[in-house]
Parts: sequence; C-alpha cells; structure tokens
Amino acid sequence: MSQGFLVSAYLISALLFVMSLAGLSRQDSAKTGSLYGMVGMTVAVLATLGSVAMEGFTLVTLLMMAGAAIGLFLAKKVEMTEMPQLVAMLNGFGGLAAVLIGFSSALEPADTLAATEKLIHSIEIFIGIIIGAITFSGSVVACLKLGGNISSRPASLPGGHWTNLALIALAVVMGVVFVQQHSILALVVMTALALVFGITLVLGIGGADMPVVVSMLNAYSGIAAAATGFMLGNNLLIITGAMVGSSGAILSYLMCAAMNRSFISVILGGFGTESGTVSEDSEQGEHVEVNVEEVADMLKNASSVIITPGYGMAVAQAQHPLRELVNKLRAQNIKVRFGIHPVAGRLPGHMNVLLAEAKVPYDIVEEMDELNDDFKDTDVVLVIGANDTVNPAASEDPSSPIAGMPVLKVWEASQVVVFKRSMATGYAGVQNPLFFKDNARMLFGDAHGTVEGILKQF
Amino acid sequence: MRIGIPGEIQANENRVAATPDTVGKLQKLGYEVVIESGAGSKASFDDSAFAEAGAQVAERSEVWASDIILKVNAPTDDEIGLLKDGASIASFIWPAQNEELMNKLSERNINVFALDSVPRLSRSQSLDALSSMANIGGYRAVVEASHQFGRFFNGQITAAGKIPPAKIMVIGAGVAGLAALGAAGSMGAIVRAFDTRPEVKEQVESMGAEFLELDYEEEQDSSDGYAKEMSKAFIDAEMALFMEQAKEVDIIITTALIPGRPAPKLILEDMVKAMKPGSVIVDLAAQNGGNCECTEKDKVVVKHGVTCIGYTDLPSRLPNQASQLYGTNLVNMLKLMTPEKDGELVIDFEDEVVRGLTVVKEGNITWPPPPVKVSAAPAAKLAPVIEKKEKKPASPWLKPGLMTVGAALFAYIASSAPANFLEHFTVFILSSIVGYYVIWNVKSALHTPLMSVTNAISGIIVVGALMQMGSDNNIILALSGIALMVAMINIVGGFAVTQRMLKMFIRD
Repeated sequence: MSQGFLVSAYLISALLFVMSLAGLSRQDSAKTGSLYGMVGMTVAVLATLGSVAMEGFTLVTLLMMAGAAIGLFLAKKVEMTEMPQLVAMLNGFGGLAAVLIGFSSALEPADTLAATEKLIHSIEIFIGIIIGAITFSGSVVACLKLGGNISSRPASLPGGHWTNLALIALAVVMGVVFVQQHSILALVVMTALALVFGITLVLGIGGADMPVVVSMLNAYSGIAAAATGFMLGNNLLIITGAMVGSSGAILSYLMCAAMNRSFISVILGGFGTESGTVSEDSEQGEHVEVNVEEVADMLKNASSVIITPGYGMAVAQAQHPLRELVNKLRAQNIKVRFGIHPVAGRLPGHMNVLLAEAKVPYDIVEEMDELNDDFKDTDVVLVIGANDTVNPAASEDPSSPIAGMPVLKVWEASQVVVFKRSMATGYAGVQNPLFFKDNARMLFGDAHGTVEGILKQF
Repeated sequence: MRIGIPGEIQANENRVAATPDTVGKLQKLGYEVVIESGAGSKASFDDSAFAEAGAQVAERSEVWASDIILKVNAPTDDEIGLLKDGASIASFIWPAQNEELMNKLSERNINVFALDSVPRLSRSQSLDALSSMANIGGYRAVVEASHQFGRFFNGQITAAGKIPPAKIMVIGAGVAGLAALGAAGSMGAIVRAFDTRPEVKEQVESMGAEFLELDYEEEQDSSDGYAKEMSKAFIDAEMALFMEQAKEVDIIITTALIPGRPAPKLILEDMVKAMKPGSVIVDLAAQNGGNCECTEKDKVVVKHGVTCIGYTDLPSRLPNQASQLYGTNLVNMLKLMTPEKDGELVIDFEDEVVRGLTVVKEGNITWPPPPVKVSAAPAAKLAPVIEKKEKKPASPWLKPGLMTVGAALFAYIASSAPANFLEHFTVFILSSIVGYYVIWNVKSALHTPLMSVTNAISGIIVVGALMQMGSDNNIILALSGIALMVAMINIVGGFAVTQRMLKMFIRD
C-alpha cells in the first residue's frame, strides 16, 4: 500500500478523533462523537495492517482479538462505582504499551540513522519509557487505592519527597547513560527506578486528591503515546497523544481549581498532613438529629429541593432509591435538582455517571456554578455523603485548611439535611460547621437505608 | 421516675406543658407520664389522644404526686403545697421579678427549673422556651393586627379598583420581630424593621423586609467623646424616624422588651396622633408597661382613631402550636438531664445549661447562676493572624521573558535537530493546542466519558505495536505482541465503556 494512502488514512482518523472529543461537549452529541472515535480507530488500524509487511498475521489477529475480548469483558462487567479504577487501569495499560514499544524500539538496530538523529531517537525512547513506566506503576497503585485494596491515606517513604526526588534523579542519570552508550542495562535500571517512583508518588497522595491523580495519569498516558509517536516517526500517535495529554492536563487543572489547591501541593501530599490550624477544640455547638419521618415531612412541604451528593452516596449505592424519591417528589410538582461539586467522587464527572446510571435525567443535574446562587430560594437541601464540598468553613474561616475552596452554599437554604454515618470529619480532616448551623439537621445511618426509609413515607 | 402534667389554672391560659407527641418522647427517655384529665382540652388535645400516646390520664391529686411536674405558668401557693417532698418542677418562673415566689419555693425541699432562665448558648437553643414563645407571639401579633385592621394586607388590582398594600413597621428585630416580619410579609404587606443593633440588618433583609437606618452619622461627629450626649442624639434621631414612619405606615408592632425592666417608651402619643385613622399598633411589651404610650395591658383600646392592642397572652392564643413547641423545649431539657435515658433525673451543675436553669435545688435558691464559664465563650478562640498570601502580581516582564527563553531554546534545538523531528514537533504543538480548545468545551458532566474516550484513543499506540510486528527479532516480537494486546484492551474497553455510560444519560 502506498505511503500516501497511509498518510491520508491517518489524517482521516486524526480528524475523526478531534470530532469525537468535540462531540463530548453536549450529552446528545456525545454518542455520535464516540462513534466517530471508533471509526477513526478502525481506519487507523486497518491502514496500518495493510501497510506493514509482516509475518505471523494470524498471531497478530489472535493477539488483537484476545485484547479486544479482555477489553470488552472489563467494560461490560465494571460497576459504575468502579469507573475510577477502570480508568486508572486503562491509563496504566497505555503506559505499559509505551514502555514495551520503547524497549522494542531500543532493541531495533538503528544503524541507518545519522548521529544527531540517533541521539534524538534515543532521547525519545528514554522519554517514552520513563513516562510510560511512571504512568503504569502509578496507575496500578491508584487503582488499588481506589478499589480500597490498599489504604487511601497518604503514605510516604522514609525521607519523603527527597527519596522520591533521588529516585527520579537517578532514573534520569540512567537515561543519560543509555542515551550516550546505548546500554540496554541502563535502560532496564532506569525503567525499574521509574516504576518505583510511580508507586511512591501515588502512595503519597491522599484519597480526596484521587481525581487529580487519575487526571494526571491520564495526561501522562497521552504524553507517553506522543513520545512513542516521536520515536516511531508516526504523526497520528503524536496528534492523539498530544490531545489526550491536553485533556488530562485540563482535567487536573479543573480539579485543583475546584479544591483551591495548586497542582504541586496535591502531588506533594494529601490533605490533613499539612500543619494547618484545625480548630477542632473550639466550641462548635450541638447538632440536631432528625428521623426519616421528619425528613419526609420536610420534603412533602417543600416546593424546591436540591440534592448534593458526594462519594458517600456512591459507597452506599444510594443513587437508586434516591432516583425513586426524586420521581415521587417531582410527581408532586416539587422542583428537584442535583448540585454537583467538581471534585465530588473519585473521578471528574463521576457523580454524573452514577446518577445517569440510576436514570436520573441529566437536565436536572447541574454544576456548582449553575445553581450555587439558587440555594437562597431553596426549601430543603439533602446533603448525601458529601462533607468537605459543602463546608462553610471554606468561605467563612480563613484559618481553615480548606479556606478559599469553592463550595456548594447549602447552608443558605431554609433547611439542610445531612445524611451521614457518624459525626466523623471528611477526607480533609476538617470539622464541618455546617452540622451545627441552626437550619441543619443530621440524619445518621447508611444513606441507602435512610433514603429508602424516607421513600416508605410517601 | 414519674412525670406529672397538671392542667393550667390561670384564667387566660390555654396552653399545656405536653402534647401527645412530646409524651411519646418523654417515655423514650424512660419516664412514666401521667396527665390531668382535661389538661389539654383548651389546646385541642383530648384525653384519649394522650392515652393513646401512652400517658396515664388521672385526677389532679394523683398528678401532683409525681416526681417531676411540668407546667407552663409558675405554680400558685396552693400548687406549691401539693408538691411532694423531693419533687422537681419545671415552668416559667421569672426569678428576678418574683422574689416572693422564689422564697416560697425554697421553703420546700424541691428542685425548680425555670424555662425562662436558660443560658443563651448555641447548644441550649433547643430548650429556649422564650424564643419559641416569642416566635408565636410575633406571628400572633400580625394576626391580631389584621383582625383589627380594616383593609387587605396585600395590594391588588381588581375590577373594583386598585388596593394599595398595607405598610407595617416592626420595632425590634428579635425572634418575635422577625416572626412578625415573616408573617406580615407572607400576607403581602410591605414590611420594614428598625433595631438599634445594626448587625441584625442581614436577618431582617433575609425575611424580605427593609431595614430602617438612622440618619445619625453627622451628630455623632459633633458630639464625639460624650457618651451621654451621644445616646441622646441617638434617641432623638430614633424618635424622628418613628415620627416620620408613623405618618406613613398602617401598622406598628413593637417588641422592645427587656425582661425585668420597664419597657422603653418608643411610640409617643403625638406619633399615635400622626397615624392615619384605622391604623393598628400591637405592643408586645405590654407586660412591662408597653412601648407605646397608649397601650393598656391586656386590652384593646382605640385612641386618636388608632387601635392599640396590649394583649400579653399572645402565645396562649395559639395554644396548640405553643403547647407543642413548649412541650418540645421541656423534652429537650429533660434529654439533657437524663443522660442515661433511664428515667432518672440528674442535676449536673457542671453543665452550665443545667446550672443556669436550676433556680432552686433541694430547697436552696441557686439563682442567679455564676456567669457562664469563659471557655465556652467564642472570644476564647484567638484565631492566629492569617498572613494572607497576597498573590504577587506577575511581573509584566515574566511572560515575554519566558517566551524569549522558550524561543531561544527552540532555536537551539531547531538549529541542530533533523528536519523530520521538527516536523513532528510542529504537529505535536499544533495538536496540543487543538486538544486544549476542544477539551475546554467538554461539559463537566461528561468528564468521566471524556476520560474513557481518551483512554480508548490513546490506545492508538496499537499502531506503533503493529509497525514493529514486522521485525524478525523474537524479543521485539514478544514485547510488541504484549503491547499490541494491551493497547487493544484500551481501545475496545475504553470505547465499550464509554458507549455504555453515554447510553445511560437520558433527558427528561
């Protein structure tokens, strides 16, 4: 197949990828968008298959089919609450593929290249592998943390950030050795160091910062793909990798902005470890408990209700009874909306997916900026499994560790009901003055059970 | 222990210290409840409703033989005599005004809890009976006013002509004042409020009312340093404001009541004269002499064409609601004093709320309580001075400077790098920019599908793996083979899960 044909096929798939991402700007165009992506991918794979003279065609087909089967299985089986783990894992696979291709590229004889070209080629291999390795091991740890297989608390090696810094510096030194002497051994050592660095990096980051970490690893997987593109001289890989890298970087930025934290401070370690003044001992007042009957009465007498879910809703799987409750309320002409904080959940947009899974129509699910001024005119707010994202201390107490973080102003509503297991603090380890406000009521218990209890009252 | 709820014997009292609802809650605290037959009838609670809630309905003597008596009004001399030795009684007492009553109470070996002496802490709000009664009083004041007022509250435009809305001024934005503002506002009147504390402005405005402010600054400057003169200037300004408002408003509700002190006279006779005929004044301070010169306690009088209402039993005029709130205040008080929920009363003087409301303990007067401990005062919280991280405005040279450095670096690379690297680099930069603009348009609700799509398309690395499958080196083949498979997992997994998610997004 001619080179010209291949280049034009790549151009077409690159355009389709752009259209695919552009389609995600609205819910109704998103499905077509993802179809464009699939077509683009098919075009690219077929064109490549046609242009590469290879032996063992059956082996290739077999491997591809095996990969496709595994992918399909994962996609069908995954629970929507486990989406963060799946995304983390897929980020990791992207990194792993980059490492493997980097190694095969390094093993390939490159005698045909001129000296500068060879140098640049080696640097490209080095960058592709180091980023790929960090992405891979970091994603594995992120996946385990998100799945609860290892503690989500921030943990660090003795020496903390210095150990990490030493690891990565050593890896870079090994990379330089590889570039100069083309020593595969140095490359292997470098990879090992990068893998360890990826692990310690993510281990040091707390559970609440996971949305940033997953977005960051997403960006890395894109950059690793782009580096592979440089290495193989393939523009399609570069284009796609660059776009994925942009996407991950923007998501990381948005998540950091939503927590009013700098990217560096997220990477350097979790909440609660910093020496902020946690004013626990000051007189907070007393919280008032309610039971499901009282909450049901409040809802029946309300004319507008906003529900602000957090990760606790996902843990309790409360979205399904919640949707039934929403239907009941809407049937009584009560205006019900959901307010989503950007960092609610463990993945950007995670709450939206969970609510969509429970068949909550997306037009009543609004972003923080869309409805934050409406709380004043709202009768009842249900805070389900959220804590730090509704903490008034962020805007009222300048000494709070989360001061300045944009939060949902639930306390401006006439009444707020907080669904919670106990009075424990959130991930940030900050006491929440919301619970002690005059208009706040606490409903303790598992959110799934309490929402069902309320439902029974209707 | 057994709780007894006697009926109230005062003439104008319709309330009762428990409702079927609070009886249930008292039992949950481990108490047995006995109520006098007919105690709740004036508040529309039948004996049968109490019996259904688990209370024992009994005769008066039996009720008074209980360990704990819950009442609304302070006990009369006869009632004090009925108390059994070692009993406890909770009601309104007003110890500061009723020295004689206090002496009589202390002659018996009893405990007395005064619901009017609850210290004002945030955690004691749930037993603050003064607030809950003031709330009802404020609401009822509006109802009484509308009863006497000959017009609509809300403005209307009807076929028979245009009706202007009533204008209502509330003096004192405490609990009662705010309740009055809310009630009058929801009936459609134009509401405004005055209070000497400027900090309540926000609360007034949150009720949809206008906060009246004094035109007072200039005088303050001229009488700088003289507290007495200043307060006179303040009062003059205040009176001028009331005079001006009196000419304009239809209804005035005054709530300036300081317990134990004569109420300040705020609405003078000439202001009443200035009001339009048919206007109404409701004086919630009538108990202590009234804020208005025309008020007569417990009476409705018409002076200068203005109806002045001086009822002092406003909460009792809403007996069902008042009993429910007061009963709940009592439940919350007992909750505090029954830590084990075993029906045993514990009077813990370490707890400053309990300390404050206990005015007689075992026959000894324990009123007034020592001042509330400092540790609970919010002043103890000395917040460290936060050094505000002033964001240094970036130097105007920073951006051009960085760009110059970047350009120089690029020029260096470009001068030595081969042409096809530069070509790839161009593609990389341009696609990053395309990606940047495309991704900013993605709705935040679709961020999770965005991530799974990017997972899928970053599987394009499969192309790289395929290109190397042509190699004849077995190690390369093996490595690329694994990469091929892994990349396929990403592609198929990513797209499949994206489709699955997007299918779930439904419109209403």
